[in-house]
Amino acid sequence: MINFILLLVIYIGIYSILSLSLNLIAGYTGLLSLCHAAFFGIGAYTTAILMTGAKLDFWSAMLISGVISSLFGILIGLPTLRLKGDYLAIATLGFGEIVRNLMINWDSLTRGPMGINNIPSPNILGFKLIPSQKWQYVILVWLFVIIIFFILNRIMHSRFGRALSAINDDEIAALAMGINTTKYKIISFSIGAFFAGIAGSLFAVFNQSVSPNTFDFMLSIMILCMVVLGGMGNYLAVIVGTVIIVTAGELPRLLGFSNVIPPQTNQILFGLILVLMMIYRPQGILGRKRLDFGKIIQNSIKKEV
Amino acid sequence: MSLFNISIQELAQHLINGLTLGGIYALIALGYTMVYGVLKFINFAHGEILMLGTYCGLFVFNSLKTNSSNPIIIFAFFIVAMLIAMIFSAMLGIIIEKIAYRPLRKAPRLAPLLSAIGVSIILMNLSAVLFGTKSKKFDYPFDNTALNFLGISITPHQILIMIVCIILMVLLKVFVDFTKLGKATRATSENQKVASLMGINVDFMISLTFAIGSALACCAGILIALEYKVYPTMGTMAGLKAFIAAVVGGIGNITGAMLGGLILGLLETFGVVILGIPQGLKDTIAFSVLIIILLIKPSGILGKNVREKV
Repeated sequence: MINFILLLVIYIGIYSILSLSLNLIAGYTGLLSLCHAAFFGIGAYTTAILMTGAKLDFWSAMLISGVISSLFGILIGLPTLRLKGDYLAIATLGFGEIVRNLMINWDSLTRGPMGINNIPSPNILGFKLIPSQKWQYVILVWLFVIIIFFILNRIMHSRFGRALSAINDDEIAALAMGINTTKYKIISFSIGAFFAGIAGSLFAVFNQSVSPNTFDFMLSIMILCMVVLGGMGNYLAVIVGTVIIVTAGELPRLLGFSNVIPPQTNQILFGLILVLMMIYRPQGILGRKRLDFGKIIQNSIKKEV
Repeated sequence: MSLFNISIQELAQHLINGLTLGGIYALIALGYTMVYGVLKFINFAHGEILMLGTYCGLFVFNSLKTNSSNPIIIFAFFIVAMLIAMIFSAMLGIIIEKIAYRPLRKAPRLAPLLSAIGVSIILMNLSAVLFGTKSKKFDYPFDNTALNFLGISITPHQILIMIVCIILMVLLKVFVDFTKLGKATRATSENQKVASLMGINVDFMISLTFAIGSALACCAGILIALEYKVYPTMGTMAGLKAFIAAVVGGIGNITGAMLGGLILGLLETFGVVILGIPQGLKDTIAFSVLIIILLIKPSGILGKNVREKV
């Protein structure tokens, strides 16, 4: 039982990185990307190949995974980001399918549908993680969640983040203000892809194996659901959304109902979440109100005075 | 193998295969393009409407077919099943629009798109629960032995596809171009506000658009199912390809969708032959075509360049 909960916490952590990075792309910049699973998969496969084939250590494999993911982000972003949202959705969906097709068909690199097994566990500062000791991975994954959360939060308050926000609110107005919208969109896309690659890397070393069918379209939808449910453009809300969706997905297994409930129930639930949230509460559970620590402190000081 | 050492017969063979494939893409693409014309969003659930309509056609045909062994009557039953399935999917399209898209008509552009993705996932998984994930066979309502004609083999199935595609497209073109309702459809897609000032019931026109698009998609679905069986995810890939066809032709343009479908069908058939790539990567061609078209002419072959007003 405790092991199961730890597993859940690890998965929530990995998915949080994914949803945080998608939030930068979709929630913050307003680009509907449906290929986040592909970036995740590219990261996971890069780590798997580098650590089993090239015997690279975990840190460099992780860094390379992130960089390769973000290069693919630029590659897909360059032709499509000049376009309106709907085209981007389809093009990214197509890109995701191409990546999965390649993972299945490129036997010499990815070993096809079998996937890559026996990925070594990471060695951190001379301390080798043991897969059965799940709490070690909890610390590793959540360390990354916290770091990425703060990096993205800093980006949000920077000049760059405000430019992204402007693009989301009104692209033409942003253009008129002298923002190079295409450039900013591509940078936002590649940063999101970079962090998705990092998440893929963590997933590969924790799961110790990767196979192409993990990274399908439904995973992209699931990540999108987390962002929409929590609240687009609000990093803390997105983590709340991730916790809800991952827990809801595992609840039948947790309560021992997995034989009674058909496996499709989860996906029907995701669909319902998307439709109902769009109709009744498009801003998400927590909405777009941003958490601003500076303002909170100022307000509390004012109250005291 | 390159294009240059193919005999004339083979060339004609690929041409026929490509045109039948393209005809099916075109039928589905019409639904996307018409909906995009009036509502300016991609109906992601289009492929799933196709799938459910095909299931409906399958069930009706299977229950009718046991009543007779006469091949002509069986074929008549097939046509009846197809018509019932088309009516069913038209209703489905109207209901989906009423529930999931109508409340979002004034919302930002991302909202109806996400809602459509949600509807698509619900329908796909619901049918997996109801009908099972195993694919079901849709029997040919006729003897499908290939006819040899000057060294080219054509199956009766391909002939059926061509006839159905031509009839439906001509009917649609006549409806849109020469009838009063068709004129109202065009007016609605041009400008909803002005159209409603001219006494056109915009809500009704949007419902009609969904009904026509869904019925055409269902027809295409049944034609596909004869060869590739019926299963819950059958609509996804077909829908995606058809969407690409609509973009290639110029989204929002009905003639463009027909043209785009045919072009995509031909490119896919010849692409596999010319490039010599494995069948597993066949879908990659369509997506590459999409990206190339988006780069060169995002408005599509027949699309107009619309200047954005602030």
